[in-house]
Amino acid sequence: MVNQTTNMEQGIGENFRPYHLDTHREQIKNKKYVNKLTTVSAAITKYVTDGCYLATGGFGCNRIATALLHEIVRQGKKNLCFSGHTTTHDCQILVAGECFDRCDVAYIVGLEARGLSKMARKYFESGKVQTTEWSNAALAFRYKAAAMGVSFLPSKVLLGTDTFKYSAAKITICPFTGDKYAAIPALSPDVAVIHVHQADIYGNCVIRGLNNSDSDLAKASKHVIITTEQIVSNDEIRRSPWQTAIPYWSVDAVIPVPYGSYPGNMEGEYFSDERHLQEWLTAEQDETTYRAFIKKYILDTKDFYEYLQLCGGIERINQLREEELLIKRSSP
Amino acid sequence: MNNNMNKKMNMNMNMNNNTNENTAYNKMELMVCAAARELQDNSTVIIGTGVPCAAGMLAQKTHAPNLVLFFEAGGAGPQLPTMPVSVGDSRTTQRAIMATTMLDVMEMAQRGLVDFCFIGGAQIDRYGNINSTMIGSDYTHPKVRFPGSGGANDLASLCKKTLVVTNHDRKRFVQKIDFVTTPGYLDGPNTARSREAVGLPRGTGPYKVITDLAIMDYEEKSFCMRVISLHPGVTAAQVQENTAFELLFAENIQQTAIPTSQELHILREEIDPLRYVIGR
Repeated sequence: MVNQTTNMEQGIGENFRPYHLDTHREQIKNKKYVNKLTTVSAAITKYVTDGCYLATGGFGCNRIATALLHEIVRQGKKNLCFSGHTTTHDCQILVAGECFDRCDVAYIVGLEARGLSKMARKYFESGKVQTTEWSNAALAFRYKAAAMGVSFLPSKVLLGTDTFKYSAAKITICPFTGDKYAAIPALSPDVAVIHVHQADIYGNCVIRGLNNSDSDLAKASKHVIITTEQIVSNDEIRRSPWQTAIPYWSVDAVIPVPYGSYPGNMEGEYFSDERHLQEWLTAEQDETTYRAFIKKYILDTKDFYEYLQLCGGIERINQLREEELLIKRSSP
Repeated sequence: MNNNMNKKMNMNMNMNNNTNENTAYNKMELMVCAAARELQDNSTVIIGTGVPCAAGMLAQKTHAPNLVLFFEAGGAGPQLPTMPVSVGDSRTTQRAIMATTMLDVMEMAQRGLVDFCFIGGAQIDRYGNINSTMIGSDYTHPKVRFPGSGGANDLASLCKKTLVVTNHDRKRFVQKIDFVTTPGYLDGPNTARSREAVGLPRGTGPYKVITDLAIMDYEEKSFCMRVISLHPGVTAAQVQENTAFELLFAENIQQTAIPTSQELHILREEIDPLRYVIGR
């Protein structure tokens, strides 16, 4: 049994990315109003370096940047620090490459209602990954704090639990009321990878439906790589600026990757491919089958399109579109 | 919340030994119906996938048409056409009032706008503290690693009434949980580690636990788990046998009302026709 928390004032987890306001303010975001179109492999080569801190946008299996994640595995990136902010299939992909060795945990190793990933569990149980515990709200507050340019935010989460004990949060007292809060430290990842519905060549992004924490994450991160379902004109963005979720001055690279959230869900476009996700979970039951599966779908594919083709291509996407629009139902 | 470690394949047992009602039902259906009845009209609830979602939808289609459903990823007030597989998938915003951010939902809960939430986990103790992080004695070397808090710690810290729906056995209902992921009543009232002492908001905490055997609440003075209702055919001794800590028993223990034919019809035909939840 883990020693249970007494009324401690400070978590003992490591803060993998201590935040300093002035350093953060001095980081140069790519403010240039230039064409940022590039390729998946070039963007990963340039911005994701071994040992860097990586965060993923979306919500585990929803609006995820699959092409970028596969490329991180393909390029064999190692020793990353990973933000496990409701990470499900995205976590599963990075585990396949054993890409990270430190993780801020809010939600890992599971795929929600689909079950647990055996290989992700094994990886975290192997001792290869150093972890610090948080919660979904805590990690979202960490992005928010960095997005706001403050070194922490007070919140009423984590208090009194082992989640607090193994976090890097501290207890703080409100100077006005004397009330107790968890002080949640700001987090500024080196790189965020985010998939969106539309972007122009400068990096202005439209997200339809749930934003999750992505506007905050883009503002908080040092570098942001965007994949988009569709490239639109800058005029299109300027016609309805209230739809811009991420502005170009936060973005470093833009790559059009239609169907890029596959096998995840893309709101209004296509539902998650539950069949493929189950195949993945099943393959994880046996080490040899698993290695062959990862080789086939990630390591031996040259890019995302080849992967999509292996999974049924546009025909499959059309079926998932029918599911998304509730024309045909084969998922719950 | 959004983990599935509880997923245990239950056979669809026909638990109905009751002769005054002709409807056959299974354990899952009974649990969903019992959970749905806890949710009031014109209140707000943060739900997850599976049982909580089925319960929320059933409440809306019966006694609580204006129950507002929230999902922690940002779906607010949807009119669910079907059950989501993820608390962040596009079903959670179907015909919704808002498609917003995770923090917006969490802030609403912190602000005091959320009445109910549902939490799941691998272990629960008498004070309703929950473990969904790990099994083992050394945090750095977990015997079994689970997903972690997800939104569970947040919701149980911030929402007014926390509901747990789970199967009932000694591996789950334990004397001491290996890791306090999510706060129940912590060490209990008037201790150095009561909810109040650690700074959790007033008027929040565990409310009820619904299992395949019984319904429990928390006794007003000790904040310890107490059996208030037994499912048809279940004895008090049986519930205690399946619990590794000593339960309290209410003076007037009720028998859990079985699902009505209307509830079963809605559940089977409208909410879960593919039996994703009720077929477990």
